[in-house]
Amino acid sequence: MARGDPDRTFDVVIVGGGIVGAMIAREISRYLVKTALLEKEMDVAGGSTKANSAIIHAGFDPEPGTLKASLNVKGAALYPGIAGELGVEYTQSGSLVVAIGEEEAPVLEVLLERGKRNGVAALEIVGKDRLFRMEPGLSRAAVAALFAPSAGIICPFRLAIAAAENAVCNGVRLFRDCAVTGVVLEGSRVKGVETTRGFFACDYVVNAAGVHADEVARSAGDDSISIRPRRGQYHVLDKAHAGLVTRVVFPVPTKVSKGIVVTPTIDGNVLIGPTAEDIDDKEDTTTTEAGLADVVTGAARLVPGVVDALPPITQYSGLRAVEKSGDFVVAASPVVSGLVNAAGIQSPGLSAAPAIAEMVLEILREQGLKTPPNPGFNPERKTRRRFAVSSDAERDIAASARADCGHIVCRCESVTRAEVVDALRGPLGAVTLDGVKRRTRAGMGRCQGGFCTPRIIPIVAAELGVRPEDLLKNEPGSRLLGGATKAAGARDGGSEA
Amino acid sequence: MDVTCIICPNSCRISVSRPEGGGAPVIRGAECSKGISYAIEELDNPVRVLTSTVRVEGGTHRVVPVRTTSPIPKAKIGDCMKYIDSLAVSAPVAAGDVLSGDIAGTGVGMVATWTVQKRGRERE
Amino acid sequence: MKTMEFDVAVIGGGPAGLSAACAAREAGASSVVILERDTELGGILRQCVHTGFGLRVFREDLTGPEFAERLVKRAGELNVAVEAGSFVLSVTPDRRVRASSKRGILEVAAGAVVLCMGCRERTRGSLAIPGSRPAGIWTAGAAQRLINVEGYLPGKRVLIAGSGDVGLIMARRLALEGAEVLGVVEIAPYPGGLIRNVVQCLEDYGIPLLLSHAVTAIGGARRLEWVEVSEVGPGMKPIPGTGRIVECDTLLLSVGLIPENELSRAVGIPLDPRTGGPIVTNFMETTVRGIFASGNVVHVNDLVDNVSDEARIAGEEAAAFAKYGPRAVVRFLEVIPGERVRSVVPQRLAAAGQDTITLDLRVTEPVEDALIEVSAGGGRLAVYRRRRLRPGEMVRIPITRAQIDSVPWDRNKVYVSIRSDGRVG
Repeated sequence: MARGDPDRTFDVVIVGGGIVGAMIAREISRYLVKTALLEKEMDVAGGSTKANSAIIHAGFDPEPGTLKASLNVKGAALYPGIAGELGVEYTQSGSLVVAIGEEEAPVLEVLLERGKRNGVAALEIVGKDRLFRMEPGLSRAAVAALFAPSAGIICPFRLAIAAAENAVCNGVRLFRDCAVTGVVLEGSRVKGVETTRGFFACDYVVNAAGVHADEVARSAGDDSISIRPRRGQYHVLDKAHAGLVTRVVFPVPTKVSKGIVVTPTIDGNVLIGPTAEDIDDKEDTTTTEAGLADVVTGAARLVPGVVDALPPITQYSGLRAVEKSGDFVVAASPVVSGLVNAAGIQSPGLSAAPAIAEMVLEILREQGLKTPPNPGFNPERKTRRRFAVSSDAERDIAASARADCGHIVCRCESVTRAEVVDALRGPLGAVTLDGVKRRTRAGMGRCQGGFCTPRIIPIVAAELGVRPEDLLKNEPGSRLLGGATKAAGARDGGSEA
Repeated sequence: MDVTCIICPNSCRISVSRPEGGGAPVIRGAECSKGISYAIEELDNPVRVLTSTVRVEGGTHRVVPVRTTSPIPKAKIGDCMKYIDSLAVSAPVAAGDVLSGDIAGTGVGMVATWTVQKRGRERE
Repeated sequence: MKTMEFDVAVIGGGPAGLSAACAAREAGASSVVILERDTELGGILRQCVHTGFGLRVFREDLTGPEFAERLVKRAGELNVAVEAGSFVLSVTPDRRVRASSKRGILEVAAGAVVLCMGCRERTRGSLAIPGSRPAGIWTAGAAQRLINVEGYLPGKRVLIAGSGDVGLIMARRLALEGAEVLGVVEIAPYPGGLIRNVVQCLEDYGIPLLLSHAVTAIGGARRLEWVEVSEVGPGMKPIPGTGRIVECDTLLLSVGLIPENELSRAVGIPLDPRTGGPIVTNFMETTVRGIFASGNVVHVNDLVDNVSDEARIAGEEAAAFAKYGPRAVVRFLEVIPGERVRSVVPQRLAAAGQDTITLDLRVTEPVEDALIEVSAGGGRLAVYRRRRLRPGEMVRIPITRAQIDSVPWDRNKVYVSIRSDGRVG
């Protein structure tokens, strides 16, 4: 182990608190390995993890023999167990790749064959009759579909937050608002990382820095990785239209992507998107008029009812970290010992994340990391069943034990005051409004926070012990308010909501 | 000057002016007598009810809504806001409480329009 | 689970709910409860600190909180039960209302139910304005709550998109609180709110109103830095190349209100696509018997006094329903909006109950020298003249029981249409 300040000295430093970093942290926390998870933003799961299709893919799409193929299939199989342990809702909804018109039908056979070679179970091609019974909302031009019952849906940011929290509970140290500025070497060996919060000494660096993974590697002199972001834009539709589809519905894939998808979300919305735009700016998560229009057109081609489900409730855009090889890079650096790259984790990265974590651990062991079991490891995360998915009997019991469990603050998503307060406490408490939103869904509904935000601000301020006017939406510089009115004497913490 | 009448939904565009050297105002575009009176008032002495909030110390909310008890000259709105911004009252404040008997020399009073209780007692 | 029985259960404690509850008690309901999700009564009135309320109901120019205070006091005098902090989860067609509260789940078995859930604001997401997603974008009503109830300014350099009444009122409110209000941008060629508000909220403060313009992009990584404002052409589509950048740290949206009918939909109450609210009779009864509705949940009103009127009917009828059961109505006439009429409430008329029924209309476009015609089966029932009609101002016309009775028995539709004797625009 590297020496120095014991609070800044670790066996392993993981760079990046997205789903990949969080899963790796949790995996390592099974062992007595001193580990730090460094996240450049104020919260984990704020990058590509929060802005993707939220699908656990079955694994028929990647080319056989690629890491994408093997890790996808392996990762997807781990999901039911992991979601259960972490208390994150997950549904094995199944997916359909729908051929629109006879000319697309042959592609289904190709995908079926590929899926079989990748080891995807229970794939089958379904004909028209059965297809329309399964999904009555599909275009009448649909002729057949590849049905993958093992595909699923999950909330990727609740999952990543849960995984990171579980890792923290099992001994991993999390540093937020801590951007790695460079990997520090001693000869050709990792010695530590320099960050915006100072130097961290370590023997191993796991590079899970998403779209920035090439920059992190390059700072260590490893030029083997090159990442270009591919932007995807989405619309989120109102829960009133939850009946549009019950399974993930894909078009037949294009060369660059799986196409524009119509999928239910775990929380009962319908999601349509993404576009696939190769861009250069790694921070450009803007939506565009043309992109959003393409999303509607593409989705309506599969499910014409999408058009009647407009207007949407919100839009977002996320960046896929596309490595020049087109595949995942999960490997020890070819030039720096102690550096393990988990880079180029684009789709199906969410699906593969648990398997990527296992693979990274194996590589670390090969690199010499000692991994005695952590006797205190607890895979289960303590959670309270969310009000929105509870029965009235459960709700009644919860409120009799704690009154604010019955007090709804977000009307659209039925989020209680207790859930907001709990999101701010706990081992990985939120420190921003978006942090509360991603943990509780408050503000994610059809009114987009119009009702709850003014009511939640005082709760967040009081819990965090800051003035409401200093609260952030997400990152430094994202102050929610312009100040207090009658500011001359503004010292109060706001009203008691 | 041109005035958009707000007395009824007709929203007449009324032009009103006073001849140089005084005399009866010249009014064009009004379709009723209420509109004529409104236009003359807007010309000679436009008035508005001012509403805002005043800071509360130790209350369940940090501000309480207030109003002037009758309209004040439009030109005095700025002075009144300065006074309102400088004011702080202690909870509890009840709707109807007089917070000023004569706001900014207008001769018009200001009252609270809602009740703010003391912090930490009534609401959880 | 606490179970309770009431003659009338009112969902929502805003102006409609309070008025309906009081009216129900006054009409003889022996027990009335208001289920209110917020911790205090008053609904949106609580944050509407400006005047303009109660000119007809109280014959005084009250502020929103004062208007609310009077209703709350009256409800207290009438022993209306209040369950504040109670969020209604479901209503059944047999009028069992379930709510979540700090005391756990409440179940109210009600003789009649009045829906008074109000409305919500249209958001940036529903307009799909492209760009980034920084802090500093608020709906006007949320900003109003922040300023007037919580005491915080949403920002310092503000552009307002949409000239609905809340947006206009917030322009003045922000200006008074020292924010720089750059202007109000309206996509239509006419203002969305009341002329009174255009005059007293914008013109008084020198705030420009930019008609036929829309916000077409949003920029700024963390806090809002700019918006793009473009001119719109026919069909309210932005004209390419007309966009210009306006630097601001705050964008308020006042681009429409949507009746909040998730509960109604779940009960199976049919909605009118034109209003977004339940189809109601002149008794303010929905298509599900014993479930009434009033206020902005039915259709978006511009004056609280109008809400009081219809809430009074809903409350009285709910009390009567709880006591005597459903009204025996021989026939309902369906009201069909015709030319230049966007919506009409109520949508179903019976020659029973009130001697005079008020029809609330919204027009599709500004009309000058308007002739409003109510007809059935080829025959005219009534004609009204109005000098000017605007989409932002509700048009109210009376129709008598005798006029409804005069419709031939083989007819079941009443048409309301508007002709213009003068120019349109």
